[in-house]
Amino acid sequence: MVSSPVYPPNRILVLGATSAIAMAVTRQLVTPAAHFFLVARSKDKLTAVAQDLLVRGALRVDMIVTDLDETQAHAQMLSVATSQLGAIDLALLAHGVLGDQAAAERDYFVAEQILGTNFLSAVSLLTWLANYCESQGRGTLAVISSVAGDRGRKSNYVYGASKAALNAFLSGLRNRCDRAGVQVLTIKPGFVATPMTVHVPKNRLFATPEHVARGILKAVRKRKDVVYVPWFWRPIMAIIKAVPERIFKTKNL
Amino acid sequence: MPAKTTSPAFESWGRYPRHHADVVPLYWTSDFPLPAPPQAPMLPVGMGRSYGDSCLLDGGTLLAARGLDRFISFNPANGLLCCEAGVTLAEILDFGVPRGWFLPVTPGTKFVTVGGAIANDIHGKNHHVAGTFGCHVPRFGLVRSTGQKYECTATQNQSLYEATIGGMGLTGLITWAEVQLRPVVSRKIKQDSIKFTGLNEFFALSRESQHLEYTVAWIDCVATGRNFARGIFMRGDHSEQPEELKPSGKPRLTMPVDLPAFLMNKGTIGAFNTAYYAKQFAKSKTGLIDYEPFFYPLDSVLHWNRAYGKQGLLQFQNVMPWEPGEYQEGFTQLLKAIAASGLGSFLAVIKTFGTVKSPGMMSFPAPGPMIALDFPVRGERSFDLTERLADITAEYGGKMYPAKDARMAPRHFQQFYPQWQEFARYIDPAFSSAFWQRVTALG
Repeated sequence: MVSSPVYPPNRILVLGATSAIAMAVTRQLVTPAAHFFLVARSKDKLTAVAQDLLVRGALRVDMIVTDLDETQAHAQMLSVATSQLGAIDLALLAHGVLGDQAAAERDYFVAEQILGTNFLSAVSLLTWLANYCESQGRGTLAVISSVAGDRGRKSNYVYGASKAALNAFLSGLRNRCDRAGVQVLTIKPGFVATPMTVHVPKNRLFATPEHVARGILKAVRKRKDVVYVPWFWRPIMAIIKAVPERIFKTKNL
Repeated sequence: MPAKTTSPAFESWGRYPRHHADVVPLYWTSDFPLPAPPQAPMLPVGMGRSYGDSCLLDGGTLLAARGLDRFISFNPANGLLCCEAGVTLAEILDFGVPRGWFLPVTPGTKFVTVGGAIANDIHGKNHHVAGTFGCHVPRFGLVRSTGQKYECTATQNQSLYEATIGGMGLTGLITWAEVQLRPVVSRKIKQDSIKFTGLNEFFALSRESQHLEYTVAWIDCVATGRNFARGIFMRGDHSEQPEELKPSGKPRLTMPVDLPAFLMNKGTIGAFNTAYYAKQFAKSKTGLIDYEPFFYPLDSVLHWNRAYGKQGLLQFQNVMPWEPGEYQEGFTQLLKAIAASGLGSFLAVIKTFGTVKSPGMMSFPAPGPMIALDFPVRGERSFDLTERLADITAEYGGKMYPAKDARMAPRHFQQFYPQWQEFARYIDPAFSSAFWQRVTALG
């Protein structure tokens, strides 16, 4: 039985809840009915985020401190989260690392860690969550990927490869879960501005985490499959993808 | 200096001067002290809305604290808000107004951080009844470059509390603060605007309006002769008619490009001022007005500072002590010097500060008439004028506001703030600012 989706979502699971984009998304989801379950590595940071959401007027905020690289702990953590929440309207996967490309070129184990955090831990979480959402017959799985997954470049291809793998996984998962009424949303942000740019007129390609969060929530509301945030990254990446490999390989990218 | 070539350039809201510094964004209160402390000095910066160089460094490291933007606690029974220091006053209004709570003190822009509001001990149109922002901050957290953490109140770490309020960000990084909000039942302000000509009329209006929460006057600082010191006195109180407390919308207008500097000249400003003065036909006008246009008329145009062109603008703000009797000679001299220069702008306001004392050691406001105005940077001509105004201020025992200054001479600063050496004892040894280096230089 497929029930109709709710917006705004009230039972919200956030993995990597202390990332800038996740914080902006959760703030925009605060309503007197919003119940959050937050997961991140640092207790102090997670506590600061949880307090902020409560002061802003969320109904309830629960949290677990864990390193999401430890995939063997996922099942137990997720069953605690879902039993606290009662159900999942929205699960946001926002954890990830950019990693050190230069180090990953010298040392496979650095590359493995990037792939582990960005891809394998997401596979582990999504496997559990997809089964859960399928059985409840609803829910949104929103996953932060990156425009970098659209084409490998020498400056960050290990990161890009982890996101490309994630994109393929999500595409298949969407194909599987659609009939169960589960939305699988692939989110591809471009450059996101930080407090670093406070004094200077920003490069027009930069977006704030708030702006990116609005784009994500609009895509959730409209039941989109893949969203570029801001939107202009879709045509930019279309052009980048269209450059023939024999030219692309000679460029300094 | 190697920093000149490798570090990005920064400008404050006045866009004069420009300095190069590295920048380290802070996202969490635990991000400071930095894991690898820099050799050159550091300075916290929030929204960069100070006009001169008090939020700039030449060759050091700016700690961009805007990322510390979380609320920590709020007591709906008494309006005590605790938040991280990078939260802006705009965010406090968005949060507080729908719940019936307003800022205790607000400057002419809401795009400043709580940390910046404390560091500059900012004031507003209610100084005569409420004092400065620092009067409403009972407690804050301060982290020094050594890693030492202090919780500061009027009785606990009292010296650091007093030195940090108005301490221009030099005493350490403010990480969080408590702000005592005030209740409101409406977004509206009951406003009177009354035309006046001459300072005596302005002072009389100020006296008779002392019981009202907000008073300020726009003054035509270009007009001379018969029209000298004409202006519009604005006073208001929060409306007591309860109404729905809706959140504010977002600003829609922006100044997309730098206007050519020649647009701001004596002719255009004079014409503008005459039109503005004449716009209000009646001697006095009363009405209900939303708090946004009442407090923040310029916030509705993002980047309005671009109207002054690439050269930027200089801001001047001082306060003069009351002189015995009706006639305020020093203040009158100051206005005459501005009018005679022909450099004054449209944006000139005067107000009388009250006697509420700030806990801040270096706090600017003091009882007496104050003026704030800006004018375009026109090389030596504008610098000569600021120097002349500083001289008059010094001659009559007044003082100038560091947050709005780019030109004050060391001798002037040290006369205006004779406690500066006492204050210097509380400066974090790893902190400095372009302003501080300038005004404490020898000579």
